[in-house]
Amino acid sequence: MAAGAASGGSATTDTYASARNILLLPSWVVLGIFVLAPVLMMLIYSFLTKEFRGGVIWEFSLAAYDQFFFDRGLFGDDPAKIEWTYITIFWRSIWQAGAATILSLAIGFPTAYFIATRDEAVRPIWVFLITIPYWVNLLIRTVSMKFLLRDEGPMNDFLMNIGLIDSPIHIINTNFAVQLGLFYSYLPFMVLPIYAAVERYNFSMSEAAADLYATKWVTLRRIVLPAIKPGVIAGCILVFVPSLGSFLAPDLLGGAKNFMIGSLIEEQFKGNAGNWPFGAAASMILLSMVLIILMITARQQAKAEKAEG
Amino acid sequence: MAIVNDSIKSYKGFKAITILCLVVLYAPLVIVTIYSFNASKSITNWEGLSLYWYWDIFAGPESAKWKEAAWNSFTIAIVAVTTAMSIATLAATAMVRGGKFKLRTASFGLISLPLMVPEIVLAVATLIFFNSIGFTRGYFSILVAHTAFCIPFAYLPIQARMQGIEDSYEQAAMDLYANKRQAFTKILLPLMMPGIISGFLLAFIVSLDDFIITNFVKGAGVETLPTAIFGSVKQGLKPNIMAISTLLLGVSVIMVTISYFVSKKDNTQ
Repeated sequence: MAAGAASGGSATTDTYASARNILLLPSWVVLGIFVLAPVLMMLIYSFLTKEFRGGVIWEFSLAAYDQFFFDRGLFGDDPAKIEWTYITIFWRSIWQAGAATILSLAIGFPTAYFIATRDEAVRPIWVFLITIPYWVNLLIRTVSMKFLLRDEGPMNDFLMNIGLIDSPIHIINTNFAVQLGLFYSYLPFMVLPIYAAVERYNFSMSEAAADLYATKWVTLRRIVLPAIKPGVIAGCILVFVPSLGSFLAPDLLGGAKNFMIGSLIEEQFKGNAGNWPFGAAASMILLSMVLIILMITARQQAKAEKAEG
Repeated sequence: MAIVNDSIKSYKGFKAITILCLVVLYAPLVIVTIYSFNASKSITNWEGLSLYWYWDIFAGPESAKWKEAAWNSFTIAIVAVTTAMSIATLAATAMVRGGKFKLRTASFGLISLPLMVPEIVLAVATLIFFNSIGFTRGYFSILVAHTAFCIPFAYLPIQARMQGIEDSYEQAAMDLYANKRQAFTKILLPLMMPGIISGFLLAFIVSLDDFIITNFVKGAGVETLPTAIFGSVKQGLKPNIMAISTLLLGVSVIMVTISYFVSKKDNTQ
């Protein structure tokens, strides 16, 4: 994302410089009103008082953030203790997203490397094959996963038929099912940036390492991996960030016990039982986490680019 | 680059993992497609080939619901993406052909904002915003939200394409007394077409597929295909879901394939 902003500067010309503001006006207006203003309004709502039938009362309050972090007992007058419920949900989300990222890396890295070392003519076909599933509706992919993983689903059927297991493996409604779902949802995001990085890598460096008696795995770890690190980091971010705030995989595959941030937020806006300021506050906390991650990576990538010259 | 011996490049097991990767990506989709042709009323047992569930979607008791959802999904996608496309094309022209200017980085940040904000957060923010300005939730609120978040998806392929077109064509036209508007509509726009078409198709899929934001801003009674499918899945997996999923899956695959060939043809010219 940050790299796009940086590289966008290279090919500019000024043919339409005089009409620039008029050309940009529609995007400023639409995105300003329907994306930027809503995010700011959400920030304001997180500091308002909740209304019991959903919605807010326009009175400043820190109650939403207070409820997130502190437990003050049933009547709100006990001494404040740390409230673990929501921190646990956030922690679980980080853990689940992390596990999905590691799974994607384990499968995605070798795949990306393999594709990038194919003949130049066939590479686009491989890349195309990897991207198709990404463009299939996320809901449908998650439903397919649910269908496949059920106790009486095709996967268990298959494993029992070939005699690998005697009774169905219970996967659905576990943390592992959510991790699998997230892994499946965002795997192409891991493959593509790593692929791009390996494609740019100069393999004469591997050859030089081989000439100096490095084994192939040492070469991979000490030469290839450092050179393509920006691609690997980009892939990890592209899997981790959407996993963190995902709603469909935990909701459809995880069941009620494996709640993640997305479901916590969604619940606050459903029907009349919700708490809008609390939902807005939880969204703000999630948004801040994501923006911090993106900023740190953008800074590191910029540093790495500078170091390369 | 020097030609490097293949044995240095390749690692044992990477090919097997790549094949595993493709199997993992495609198996669930293939299995759902197969089961959509199942004659059985249960999703577990296989009772032979049948088109019954496709009939069920188009003519069964719930067919009115699916038709309305499909109508909403497709009309919203067409209108939202066409609007987003026009906005994105103008913006890309300013960003790529507008010289250096102060608000360039800020403009790029604003355009890519919908990609950086987690979808659930954007959904909450949009709901809150519509609520605070008293915008009734329904068909029109979905349309507006879709237009906004489709802009970056339309913008990125257009920008990439425009950066690949040298401005000497437009300069030549203007040397021959074409004005800027003519240079834009007669020269730049036709050259941009492959990028615009592939951007349109991809943004169209993004709009057609959106569940989370739509679910927040749709209000009661208005459903798109994803929200209708989600509602149905929540009541239990039924075989008709397999059929409708297969149809939507087919639409996505066809559109991505067209987009792939449009941009590929473009590279060979």
